This record gives sequence, C-alpha cells and structure tokens, in this order.
Amino acid sequence: MTGYRLDRGGRIDRTRPIEFRFNGCALQGFAGDTLASALLANGIGVVGRSFKYHRPRGLIAAGVEECNAIVQLGGDDDAPNMVATRVALTEGLDARSVNCWPGPNFDFGAINDRLGRLLPAGFYYKTFMGPRGFWPLYEWFIRRAAGLGRVPERRDPLGYEKRYDHCDVLVVGAGPAGLMAAVAAGRSGARVMLVDERPEPGGMLLDAPDDIDGHPALDWVAAVTAELDVMANVRRLADATAFAYYDHNLIGVIERNTGRANLRERLRKVRARQVVLAAGAIERPLVFPDNDRPGVMLASAALAYVERWGVAPGRRAVIVTNNSSAYDTARHLKARGVEVAAIVDLRATPPATALAEAAGAGISVHVGHGVGGIRGRMGVTALQVAPVGEVGGDWIDCDLVLMAGGWTPGVHLFSQSGGKLRWEPDLGCVVPDRCVQAERSAGACRGRFGLASVLADGTRAGAEAARAAGFAVRDVTPPVASNGPALELALIWEMAGARGRRAFVDFQNDVTAADIRLARREGYRSIEHVKRYTTGGMAIDQGKTGNLNLIDVLARAEDVAASAIGTTTYRPPYTPVNFGALAAQDAGPTIVPWRETPMTPWHASAGAVMYEAGATWRRPGYYPRPDEDMEAATLREARAVRFGVGIYDSSPLGKFEVRGPDAAAFLDRIYCTRILDLPHHRIRYGLMLREDGRLFDDGTVMRLGPDHFFLTSTTGNADAVYAWLERWHKCEWPALKLWITPVTTVWANAVVCGPHARDLMARVTEGVDLASKAFPFMAVREGKVAGLPARVMRVSFTGELSFEINVPARHALALWEALIDAGRDMDITPVGSEASHVLRVEKGYISVGHEADGMAGPDDLGLGRLVARDKPDFIGKRSLAIAAWNAGPRRQMVGLLPENGAALLPEGAPVMSVEAGRDPSAPIGFVTASAMGPALGRSLSIAMIDDGRALIGRTVQLSARAGSQRALVVDPVFLDPQGARLRS
Amino acid sequence: MLLIPCPFCGLRNEEEFTSGSEADRHRPADPIALDDQAWVAHLFERANPKGAVREWWWHGRGCRLWFVLERDTVTNAIKVVP
Repeated sequence: MTGYRLDRGGRIDRTRPIEFRFNGCALQGFAGDTLASALLANGIGVVGRSFKYHRPRGLIAAGVEECNAIVQLGGDDDAPNMVATRVALTEGLDARSVNCWPGPNFDFGAINDRLGRLLPAGFYYKTFMGPRGFWPLYEWFIRRAAGLGRVPERRDPLGYEKRYDHCDVLVVGAGPAGLMAAVAAGRSGARVMLVDERPEPGGMLLDAPDDIDGHPALDWVAAVTAELDVMANVRRLADATAFAYYDHNLIGVIERNTGRANLRERLRKVRARQVVLAAGAIERPLVFPDNDRPGVMLASAALAYVERWGVAPGRRAVIVTNNSSAYDTARHLKARGVEVAAIVDLRATPPATALAEAAGAGISVHVGHGVGGIRGRMGVTALQVAPVGEVGGDWIDCDLVLMAGGWTPGVHLFSQSGGKLRWEPDLGCVVPDRCVQAERSAGACRGRFGLASVLADGTRAGAEAARAAGFAVRDVTPPVASNGPALELALIWEMAGARGRRAFVDFQNDVTAADIRLARREGYRSIEHVKRYTTGGMAIDQGKTGNLNLIDVLARAEDVAASAIGTTTYRPPYTPVNFGALAAQDAGPTIVPWRETPMTPWHASAGAVMYEAGATWRRPGYYPRPDEDMEAATLREARAVRFGVGIYDSSPLGKFEVRGPDAAAFLDRIYCTRILDLPHHRIRYGLMLREDGRLFDDGTVMRLGPDHFFLTSTTGNADAVYAWLERWHKCEWPALKLWITPVTTVWANAVVCGPHARDLMARVTEGVDLASKAFPFMAVREGKVAGLPARVMRVSFTGELSFEINVPARHALALWEALIDAGRDMDITPVGSEASHVLRVEKGYISVGHEADGMAGPDDLGLGRLVARDKPDFIGKRSLAIAAWNAGPRRQMVGLLPENGAALLPEGAPVMSVEAGRDPSAPIGFVTASAMGPALGRSLSIAMIDDGRALIGRTVQLSARAGSQRALVVDPVFLDPQGARLRS
Repeated sequence: MLLIPCPFCGLRNEEEFTSGSEADRHRPADPIALDDQAWVAHLFERANPKGAVREWWWHGRGCRLWFVLERDTVTNAIKVVP
C-alpha cells in the first residue's frame, strides 16, 4: 500500500499543518486528519502487527470497526489500545504500534507466523495443561506475550465527569436517517438529543459523494444541521458515542467534545422516553488467502479516505465484490484520480447495467471470479484472479485490494436493548425484528441502504418517536434523493483456500476460517462456544467486521443456513470506554464517602491511626506513642482496660428506636431471646437468627418504657438489620402497631471500661447511683455525665466493668474531652478497635463475620442458653428443629492455646485432628481470631472445630503456615468465666 | 438500570431500591406445624418464572416504603400494583 495525499478534496484544513510522531518518526498531517488518515497520507502501509502471528498489518477501515491499527499513545494522552481511526490528530501526538518489538517493520514475534501450524485454535487450552505446577511459569511467558498495550503509569492530567440527562427523543446517529428523525421529532417540540460518534454530522454522506434535492448531499446536511442548531428543544452532541443501551431506556453516552479544555470526556447517563436508533452499517470483509496483507481494505473505507481526508490509500486498486456497490465505488475513485485496475465480481451474472457502466469507464470486470491469493508480505503487490470455487489464475499488479462484501447493519444497541434479531436472507445479515423497549431503528441499521429509503425511514422513525412521547407531529417531507442501483448481493464471502495460506475472519485476534472449522471438528457447535474457543469476535473491535463471516463459515461447515446458527450476544460497550469516564468524580478521596464519629478531631490530635473498621466508618485502630508499633500500642491499650481504665469510642454501633403498643411482641418474634418480659430500664443481650436458624446479628435490647425499646446492632450490619426489621414489619406483620427509626448517627457513645471505671464515673456523673446494687450489670440509667444529659448503660464487650455513655451526637466531643480530663490522673487510656478485638477474643465473645460466619447457629457458638425455645415462635425457630440440623457433627466454637505462646496463629489457619483413625491432613475446622491475651500474657485463639466442645482438654494439629504445632483445645472464655469482673 | 415507580416518590433509579423477591409468598402462620420437607421448601424454593412476577421492592435509599410491583422477567416491563 502506497498511500498519498491528493492535491484536492477532503474535509481537512490544509493551511494548518500538524506535527506528530509515529513509532518515533516525525511526520506531518493537517487539522481534521485522524491518526489513520495522516499515516496513510504519509505513505505508511504497515501500522502494526497482529496479536498472535505478528503478521504485518495495515488499515482495513476508516471508522470504529478498524481492527488492525491499534496504537499506544504517549505523553499527556497516555493510553493503550487506541484505534488509529478514532484518534484525532493533534499537535505533538506521539503514537506507537503494539504487538511488535522492536517495530512493525521488523518484529521478532513474527516467528509465530512460521510456527502457525503449532498454534491452532485453542492453543492455550491444549498446551498449558501440565505438568502440574508449571502454570506459574507458563503464565509469566503468556502475560508477556499477551496484552495489547501498557497501562498508563500516571494519572490523566485531564479530568472526567459524569451526569444524568433526560430527553423525550434520543436519536443515535447523525447520518441521513438520524438527521431526518431529529428534524421530524424536533419540529414537534419534543426535547431531542442527537448523538453522533463522529466530529461532524452526515454519517455515510461524508464517506461517499451523493446528491440530495439536486445538490451535493453535504449542502443538505449543513442546512439541516443549521435548522436543528437553532431549535431550542434540540441538543446535538458531536464526537459522542452512545455505547450502551440498558433497561428502561437508559443509554450511556461518552462525549469527547466536552467544551472544556481540562475535561477529556463526559459520561451522560441519558433516560430517554423514546429512542431512534440510526446507527448505520459497517461494510463486510471477504475471506480469501492472505486477506490481511497491508493494502487490503474495505471499499467503503478507501472511499472515505478519499472523500473525508483527501488521501488516496493506493495508486492502483482492484475491487473484489459480491454486490453492485463496487461499481459506484470504482466510478468515484476513478473520478478522484485513483486508478481502478479491475473489478473482481463473485457473482455469476452481475446486472447488465453495472457491467455496461464499468465498460464505459474502461474498467475490466472478472465475472464469476474471486481471489486466489495475494502477493506482498509488507504490502500488496499483486492479486490472483481465480474462478469462484477454484484455485489458481492470472495475477493483476496492484497495491490496493478493496473488499465489498455487503453491509452489516449496526444492530448493537438494538440487541443490547433486548430486541430480537431476524435474518434477512437477501442481504445475508441480521436486522432488528421485535422491539422490547421504547425504541425503533431507522435506515441502514435496519437493512435499508438506498439513500431515498433511508431518508424516508428516518422521517418515519422520528415522527413515530415524537408521537409516542406525546407530541403532535406536523407533516415532515423527506428531501428528494435516489436509491441508486439495488445491491443484488450474492451470498458468497469465503473463497477457495490456498495451501499454506491463511484466510482471516477475525483480523485482530488472528482467527482464520480454518480455525473455525477445526473448532467444529473438535466438537464446538454453538456459536457462543466457537467464539470463545477460537476467540473470534473477542478482540477490541468485538467482531464488528468478523462476526457475520464467522457465522457464515460455521454454517457452511455444518451445512445449514446461517439463520440456523444464530448470533453471539451483543453486550455493552459498543466501542471501548475509558475507566476514567466511568469513575469520573468518584475518584481519589471521594471514591468512598467515609463516615466519622463526632470524636474524630480528638482522635486525630491524639495521633490515632485511623482506618475502616466496617460499614465505611473510619475510626481509630490504635493510638501509638512515639516509640510504639501497632502490636505494642494494642497490648498497652488492652492492658489498661484489664488493669486500669480505658475509654473507647463505640459510636458506629447500629442503633434503632422501636416504639408502639406491639413493639414488645414484634421484637419477641425478631429475637430468639425472650423480650416480652424485659423489665423497664433493663438490657438484654439478644440474638437475631435468620429464618434458616443461623445467627444473623447480635446486640443489646434496652427497654425504656412499656412501648419503647432501643436496640443496638453490630456496626457492619446496621443497614442490613434496619432493612430486616422493616421487611418483617411491613411485609409479614403489617398489623402490628409500631414504628422503627434508625438512630445510629443521632447518638454517639463513649465506653469507660476497666476496674477503675466506677471511680472515674463518680467524678463526672450526676443523678445516678453508680453502686453495683443500685445500678447492676445490664441496666440503664438516665442522668447527667459531665453536665450533659446522657443515658448510661452497664454493658460490656471487654469483660470488664463498663459504662457505655450515650449522648446526642452534638455533645459527644465535649463528653469525650471531659472524660479524658477527669481521668488524666488515673492514666485513662484511649482504646482503638485493635485492642477492642484483643479484649473480646480473650473474653471469648463472638464476632459477627468471624465466628458467626453465616453457617453457625446459636448453639454452635455456645449461645444456646439465649434461645428461648419455649416461645411459641420466633424467626429461625422452626429451622432449629430440622432433623438434619443435629444429624452430623456441628462446627463449634472453642478456644485454642498454641504450644508457642509467643506468636499469633494466622486467622483462617486450618486445624487437623491428631486422634487415631482420623486423616491427619483433613481439616476439622479453622482459626477465626487470634490475640496476645493481655491478662493471660500469651497467644490465644478462637476456632470453629467439628464437635469442638467434645475435644476440650485434648490437642489438635495446626498446618505448616501456623507453625506445624499442636494446640490445646479449651473453653473459649479464657478469662473470668463467672463474669465477676464485668458484674463488679 | 430499571426505572421504578415508587408509589410515594414517583419514578426513581433502581439503585435507590432493594428487591424483596416474591410478593405472594408469606411466612407460614404456624411453621412448627410443617414437616421438615415443607419447611425447607418454604425456605429455599422459588418459582423463578419466565414472564410476569409480583415482587416486593423497598425504597430503602428514599422514602423507605415497602411496596409490590409487577415485573416481567423477560422484558423488565414494570407495572405498579395498586
């Protein structure tokens, strides 16, 4: 291929040259060029290498269907996998080919092309099966060989944004059909959005010259665009791709022309009441030996390069066709100064008018012939004309081979919308059939290819959409145009193969017709399986050019009609979408909206190490002193709670008010624990089971009045518990009179805990008798703490004497600071979530998400005594009585004391039996939590072990990662089993 | 993304809602009276039909109403149940 810039023509600005680099070489193009057109104009034929065989490749297309020219952009545009036909040429653009080293003209990887016999379809599946353990080695090589580009190393200097948008009629595509649809809908007064992926409107009219109303079609495009642009109810987005069609008419649109210099792309999520799809069609390639040589391209692409960019892709062309469009193409190319050496027509009897036209233009036509072969590895030098179905024939010198295999309608969005496709036997392609959503297709994307019928179809679709959206449509008459000659397409795409020559179906993934037949011989029949096994249609272009040929080859191998094969599923996105646009504003510090307690300013000033501890709450993990690491700080904090006084911010706990005359009855069903008889101002530890009898959540239930309860849940489950409570009330027991209010962030909590807790509380509390007799464990009192109205609860998650003080969130920081001040001489120690974890492990308290892992029932966790089995009913009750529940061993919670008391067992470590007759390698359970016990002064763990309680007093074996040691199985409550400390 | 008609708030995006599965499947009045097989069927078996289903939805990130709507599992077409 020896492209060059024509002296005239094209929609480029020849007064504005642009310098750019390709593979390090300085080149020049013009404003209005794409990278692809500029490369062609510079005579660059080889733009990259193919993925698997590393064959030299040139441009095949001019639009989004391009599957060879994949480039890596450098500098500020740093991005992999960009398609050269979609990259607008800008000053200083720096592009490189992919899949080749050191460069596309000489590439070491090309050895794969010689080894092709060893690289059949399913090569990876067949080759890398064994020996066992070799996969990491294979993977290292495969990862290096695969991958089309390099991920950018720094953040995009330009920004992205996303937003919602709404309209009455969304028109996708600003070709002749889309423009007419927008005019018809726009004139009705409907809010119209017209979205087109190209920078300029006109669609196929930009690519091939035509006439409308007796003038050049682009004059009409300019007039219609001008009319649309003055309508206040019409918005026109150019350089914007509708890439996805989701449920209920939600369409994703990526806008590249954002109107702001610092914004690279904008994602619009458009809810349209009605949609018109006018996506056009893509030309279909032909399958013949060496059809991937640089210089073989789509006929429509060659015309587009000439018309849009004033670039001739070659000097001497041969057009290979199965339909009549080639004759128009030949005439246009000749008119622009590109020599057409011949037309190779696969049809046995082309229409006489077409033949007469060619004869008049002096172009020889080879009727009933196809391509036998191509000469020229780095660029076409000759084409062999072979009779259809045969091999061998005369060679024609040429540097450009144009493929005209008919049209593939752009049904992608239609199919994504859920619409059903149907085969159009005359056109050999699929077209929209039954719509599911509020949309209709118009023009070439539903198989209408003549310009007059496209304009009429667009008018109809626009009017229909506006009417369906509730607008009165005035008569809109489409302009006058010709349909041109009929396609009269012959259903021939693949030509006879030549020995040792590949004929490609999917260019980007290097899938040949022979690969598809091999897959079929190996038993792959479903098109979805053939696709995945051969990877045909799975490249960046998602089979825009290759899919129908893949179906055709498979259908003929199966000897069935193509319609019997079906199509693969079309999924978003239509063209690749930057992750940057999908994330947009949700990046960096805004990616997760962290929640913080009111005490956070104090934690920060005290040097707390903050991180997430469930449910997007960022809270102190530990408060290290200058010389401390996490381990030391955690142990010091935990020891303060065991032997002095600590203070813990437990504000993130889930909190709920349940009020109403039936509140007690409702909660009695929700909890397996008894609630009905809970006295006023008393607290009960309650378990919520799921209906399958497993533990769902645990927390406290406090009675503040006959009809008034206050519940807490675990931090992580707060949202789920709220949804759970509402669901049972509203869907199952709506007759119960009560209401539920989530108050998690209304109240904030400070927990004063440790043997000296009462002494500290005495200094700051008014109106509450703190003596154990007057204020026992699991009671609540109302009074004043540090002068602030507060509820004080005697609950404990540490095993020590504890007072949990709840105050309205706005007072929480003042409360915290007052408590710290009051306890200064007692060495009050702030405690983070790490120490809290250590304390609960030593006390043998369960943690939802660790021991209560969704499988454990209450008895498995040693909490069977909390199940009020004599209650008539509660959620989960029936499941606890299922016979199978107690049929086998239950995995039960136990404590472990490992031989090595100085090191922690890794959480999740498997536990094995050492009993005679048991498989010593089969896990019988696992470690759920480990801690260095502050009171015991040694390493201890909690584990879930099969029939673990029966093993108490015996030993179990731990895996190599856990030190290949034994551990003594003990009761999980390592400290104060009678609860004397917490009741003190 | 579905566009769901909340009876209280009007049309809202699906991400504000939580699906609550089959609307006409209620907890048996007396679970203890069921044998194991019937109870397990209640717990785990769902009709999963192709076509119209009535299902609970919760506008949890909105007005917090639980309501029933009819959805076609093939087309996702939605009708509000009065």
